[in-house]
Amino acid sequence: MTGHPTQTPPTPEDDRSGSVSGTSAWGRLLRMGRPRTTRANAFAAVLALGLGFAIATQVHQTDSSGLEQLRSDELVRILDDVTQEQNRLADDTRNLEVTRDRLVSGAGSSEEALKSAQDRLDTLGILTGTRPAVGPGVVITVDDPSHKVTAALLLDALQELRDAGAEAVQIGDVRVVADTWFADADGGVQVSGELVHPPYVVKAIGDPATMASAMDIPGGVTESVRSQGATSTVEQSQRVAIDALHSLQEPRYARPVPSPSK
Amino acid sequence: MIPLLGLVAGVLVGLLWGPDVPLFLQPYLPIAVIAALDAVFGAVRAVLDGIFNDKVFVVSFLANVVVAAFIVFLGDQLGVGSQLSTGVVVVLGVRIFSNVASIRRHLFKA
Repeated sequence: MTGHPTQTPPTPEDDRSGSVSGTSAWGRLLRMGRPRTTRANAFAAVLALGLGFAIATQVHQTDSSGLEQLRSDELVRILDDVTQEQNRLADDTRNLEVTRDRLVSGAGSSEEALKSAQDRLDTLGILTGTRPAVGPGVVITVDDPSHKVTAALLLDALQELRDAGAEAVQIGDVRVVADTWFADADGGVQVSGELVHPPYVVKAIGDPATMASAMDIPGGVTESVRSQGATSTVEQSQRVAIDALHSLQEPRYARPVPSPSK
Repeated sequence: MIPLLGLVAGVLVGLLWGPDVPLFLQPYLPIAVIAALDAVFGAVRAVLDGIFNDKVFVVSFLANVVVAAFIVFLGDQLGVGSQLSTGVVVVLGVRIFSNVASIRRHLFKA
């Protein structure tokens, strides 16, 4: 840095030489301030003009500047601040949303709870076979005059249907549920203890095309049935009614595990 | 008197016009302004010390501005621009304070 002017011996002019203080100092300042038409004074005026202009411009710039003139570390700091603020606000948002959901569900709770309970009841009713079901599906008829179709073959057919997305299945007059079992018997097949005679009629609700093609795959149910000397027909329908019901039994041994939450 | 009028006129022009500082000048202008202020206060002190010289004032004014800007430029190139800017501001601030103190002693004897 260059210093303020400190060198140069006192100028010859009497009124400007020597250190002064007090009143004479004020006087000297006034004398110096008096307009003089020297080139240096003009220079000084120009410099002062530039200085004033620079000050005003910089102040204006500082007032109006956005982020573009900041250095990268300052930008990083600002970004960190903003990120923290954002996280905090996101937390707030989550909390408020939870509160709002609780309030809303509290307001419409009885109606909503009733509706969802009914939906659940319908779903469970179809799953457990306690309620009739209707919907698109297939009706498979296996005609077996020589009693060659075995329980295993029916079980295969059921497995294929479930694999193809069957949601409700009925064999003969027996609703097929989770604990359905098959056994060979004279003159037919036992399904959950009930004797079903040929022709076996299997109704299944699900995507008709998928289930029909699952029956028809090479080595599948249709081919197996044909190899036993029986015939099977698969009929796709947009409305299959499954009206056989399954009566629930209270489980003797299994007990539900209390859910950990609540 | 004339330089003072020039200062006021410059401030007015800057306020009324309000130009944007060009991007390449933005790091240097604040430091240059402070360096120029240092030269101005140094000049006033020199007047009261009786050693004022027009030529010295003009040269020191310009040299202050240029050197201050150069130091900031160098700091930016070396990756310590913000620290060096702070250092320059501190040094110039100390000098301005000491000059003002000297002026005050001259004018008020205190």
